[in-house]
Amino acid sequence: MNLFEQVGFLFSSYNIPAAFWVNIQLTFWAAIGALVLGTALGVMRVSPVPSLRWLGTSYVTIFRNTPLTVIMLFGVLGVWSQLKITFSQDFTVNFFIYAVVGLGLYHAAFVCEAVRSGINTVPLGQAEAARAIGLPFIPAARLVLLPQAFRGAVAPLGNVLIALIKNSTVAAAASVATETSSVMRAMIDQNGNLVVLIFMIFAVGYVILVVPVGVLTTSLSRKLAVSR
Amino acid sequence: MRNVRSVFALAAVAALSLAACTTDAGNPDASETTTDGGSEATSSDGASADCTGGEGSLRIGIKFDQPGLGFQDGSDYTGFDVDVAKYVACELGYGEDAIEFVSAPSAQRENMLQTGQVDMIFATYSITDARKEVVSFAGPYFVAGQDLLVLADNEDITGPEDLNGKNLCSVTGSTSAQKVKDTLASEVQLLEQPGYADCVTVLESGQVDAVTTDDIILAGLAATPANSGKFKVVGNPFSEENYGVGIPQDSDRCEDINTAITKMIDDGAWEEAVTANTEGTGYTPNAELNPPTPAACA
Repeated sequence: MNLFEQVGFLFSSYNIPAAFWVNIQLTFWAAIGALVLGTALGVMRVSPVPSLRWLGTSYVTIFRNTPLTVIMLFGVLGVWSQLKITFSQDFTVNFFIYAVVGLGLYHAAFVCEAVRSGINTVPLGQAEAARAIGLPFIPAARLVLLPQAFRGAVAPLGNVLIALIKNSTVAAAASVATETSSVMRAMIDQNGNLVVLIFMIFAVGYVILVVPVGVLTTSLSRKLAVSR
Repeated sequence: MRNVRSVFALAAVAALSLAACTTDAGNPDASETTTDGGSEATSSDGASADCTGGEGSLRIGIKFDQPGLGFQDGSDYTGFDVDVAKYVACELGYGEDAIEFVSAPSAQRENMLQTGQVDMIFATYSITDARKEVVSFAGPYFVAGQDLLVLADNEDITGPEDLNGKNLCSVTGSTSAQKVKDTLASEVQLLEQPGYADCVTVLESGQVDAVTTDDIILAGLAATPANSGKFKVVGNPFSEENYGVGIPQDSDRCEDINTAITKMIDDGAWEEAVTANTEGTGYTPNAELNPPTPAACA
């Protein structure tokens, strides 16, 4: 077989685009979860309530310093297997949700730090002015701080998204077996003679996925930067 | 500068002590019965007590993480694959001192043979046409079949036909997982885990009803001291996996290996090795197909 026949054989024997699609779906839902939770945590970390600040800091300390694989395995072997908490009777759906929750919880810590770095780009005067016109903390954060903070946090948030795309392969540890790293494993197991080619296919696939995200966030971060 | 250096020194010490811990921790896993049974099986044959004549050493690829088949136990190696490997090596003229066992994970086996990193592989290596295109096989020395591992008190699963509505566990990307998806997908739900040990944990908790892969792998898992008495192999295999000895395509050892395997089967060492490595699980290999007759060399 020449190279083209080998590529053709691999693509016809395994549904590689479908595997990437699973990772995109995982990334999509986990990104939404991480963004919501991470923003809430970021606001908590700059809030005037000490216990909320403490809670935010603890969360980030714990989840940022725990390997993602450990979180995923704990989800399946600890929470599902031992505590028997089930999201769905359908295994596929159940473990997809576990993977999304694991990815979301982990990356929320990084989103929190990105948002906080964005908040730090907003001059203190903005917060003081918001308080001066009588806004309580939450409206001040929502109307004055966060809109500016997100514009300053585009680049770090983009980095979190890129990490999330690639980390979505860890979903294999949460028993999502249709995603890329699992499919790659099956392919290598059954076609040990094509190892290098199989690696190349997936490497190129991820480059195609990730490069546009990087370009987009870089240009957005320039465009949206608050000129001061 | 000095600070940097002392940090490195500290890290090195930490890494060393960690490594020491893991090796130590590995020892309690040692299965006494398997070790004893294993060495007994190889030393019991009087005919080949002097394993001489081989030049240099022999590098043999085995699994390091499959109890009962190929398992690294401190500096020792135990399991059925290891016992057969030792017997065959001896027949080829290599004593235990001349054997160098190398870890051969499933995904790397073809590559290791092609690049000459190992001389032969005994690692639950099924003979398939796709693999024959890149490597050669001697044997088979065992015919395994995909089977089910269930809790010891489970009475309702006696074979694949009882699986309707049940939950299964297998290893991500394995042939067994693929077979479940291809033939049983409409009836069962499949949990895919990174390793069989994880599957056994989940089986013990009751979240899956059975673990599925080749019967002798399941028997080896069930025979470990930690799992002893908790699980049983159903004993109704529904596929045929011919475990062969992987050798490079240009190897001239195929005939000799086949002769050695036949001799091992004839003098009873083969039977002994199977029994010793699956003790206490009530497992017997599929009698219609075992012991196998090695196929003619290509």
